[in-house]
Amino acid sequence: MNRSRAAGRSTLASMVLLASVLLPQTAAAASAFSIERVAEGVYLHRGQQQDATAANGGDIANIGYIVGDRCVAVIDSGGTLAIGTALRDAIRRETAKPICYLIHTHVHPDHSFGDPAFADPATMFVAHAEYPAALAARRDGFLANLRYTLGAAADGSGSTVPTLLVQDRETVDLGNRCLSLQAWPTAHTNNDLTVFDERTKTLWTGDLLFVDRIPVVDGRATGWLKVMAALRALKPAHLVPGHGPVQHNVDAAFGPQQQYLDQLINSVGAALKAGTTLAQTVDTLGREPPQKAWLLFDDYHRRNLTAVYTELEWED
Amino acid sequence: MFPFQRLSGIAPSIALVGLAAGFALATPAVVAQSTPQAPAQISPAPIWPKVRNSLFSTRTIDENAGEIIVLEAPNRAEDASTVPIAIRTQIMQSPSRYVQKLYLLVDNNPSPIAAVFELTPDSGRADIETRIRIEQYTDVRAIAELNDGSLYMASRYVKASGGCSAPAGKDPKEALRNAGRIKFKVDGPLAAGKPAAVQLAISHPNASGLVLDQVSRLYEPAYYVRKLTVRYGDKAVLTADIDFSISENPNFRFYFLPSSDGALYADVVDTKDLSFSSEVAVKLGGIASNTR
Repeated sequence: MNRSRAAGRSTLASMVLLASVLLPQTAAAASAFSIERVAEGVYLHRGQQQDATAANGGDIANIGYIVGDRCVAVIDSGGTLAIGTALRDAIRRETAKPICYLIHTHVHPDHSFGDPAFADPATMFVAHAEYPAALAARRDGFLANLRYTLGAAADGSGSTVPTLLVQDRETVDLGNRCLSLQAWPTAHTNNDLTVFDERTKTLWTGDLLFVDRIPVVDGRATGWLKVMAALRALKPAHLVPGHGPVQHNVDAAFGPQQQYLDQLINSVGAALKAGTTLAQTVDTLGREPPQKAWLLFDDYHRRNLTAVYTELEWED
Repeated sequence: MFPFQRLSGIAPSIALVGLAAGFALATPAVVAQSTPQAPAQISPAPIWPKVRNSLFSTRTIDENAGEIIVLEAPNRAEDASTVPIAIRTQIMQSPSRYVQKLYLLVDNNPSPIAAVFELTPDSGRADIETRIRIEQYTDVRAIAELNDGSLYMASRYVKASGGCSAPAGKDPKEALRNAGRIKFKVDGPLAAGKPAAVQLAISHPNASGLVLDQVSRLYEPAYYVRKLTVRYGDKAVLTADIDFSISENPNFRFYFLPSSDGALYADVVDTKDLSFSSEVAVKLGGIASNTR
């Protein structure tokens, strides 16, 4: 574009600018909001492989939706109201079918603080049976963190109390499209829930699978290994992790995470056996280089060591 | 020991869950839902003068007392529910001069007084390691009170980590199922007159109870260990008044002064007035011994 043409558009440009000032969140988010097709009727918005910052607007988790003949199920609502709204708008560009379910994979705020964008009496909010208690215990802290990170951009964000709780298994029908929901024993968190689309054999793992980004233990590492074995047995054709790119090979998808958790459990177990204190263990093992170049390793590895130490010290 | 009392005049950013425990302030208990604010990066936190006044009135506190007391804590709480801290004092416990109390304070927690430990010359060394919850960015303080009444303070600023980190327990139901198990261990070999390390671990949710139950709309009652007493034979080694700023599964490392074969006894009482006891053999020259 040359200078004179640019100048000639100044009025239009300033109008656009004005609109973006009036609608800062939605306008900016919608234009940049990417959606990829995972399989027939299965759509994903990939979050960035980062911690929430003002720059990324808290858009760090994988979220998406599945379309049936009758209605749509949203899986996770994103880290803020703006992200949830952008996802809702993306769905509306694709289909006019109602959103009958918003399914939560777990309680963490990067996956659930966009809930208010889906507030609608016709939309059922679905989650693990342990989700409400975990939400109650953590919501204020999560919200304070989000406000600290995003400032006013966090306004209106937050998790909504689910209306349908899954104790073990549940099937929801979107119209010729059944989703199998399974609530798992404590693994990544104590409220992990997976979504399996029977039609395309797509498994939406939530944070039971991290790809490229370091897994975070906020539940039980030993429990997580068991759940991973059960997830592999489902033989999914496609896997949508909570963070990172879509996978099509189960072994390649779970391998690195399995190795990392095994190593955590073995090294911390050995430290406990040697009578090493928590502080010493985190200090010593926290200095060891990673076996794989995980993203955000320095931010979460020591935390994982702490979590696994306090888990294993009561195992015997 | 630590009644729920609201300290008046606390900035909203401090009262994250709207409740603060005070010591000598006699305002009735209030459970208020305040709008959580961003964790303020303020130091020293304004809560400290109030706590200081309630615990120590106008007594002088030596704040440059590195030769008496050191507080070890990470700069950044990797897991805000489990932050390991160590209070190390540099004086040997003797009948003529000893640390008789150690106060552990977490300024910006809903209940700033995490623990008050009472020690004796039979404690051998007034060193204590434990794990605390950190609600938000805060000063953590350790204050030693000697038997002559003098006061010495060490403090560290600890940043609570963001993201998934939360001071709540990871699996509350599991914690409740296992409540009351105790692991009690003495590090050998033991020699008369040489302070020996002891580890006391108590399986307990140690929950604040400030959480609003979304279904019942009621606040769950607090459920935490409030008192622990450790004796060596009939001699007091350690007494502690603690609360929910101490992490789930309260864990303490401390010392005692062995003099002859015998046993250490631990008694733990929680807020439901349930008590749990354990003992461990003390055998001079023996290797480490565990709960029996």
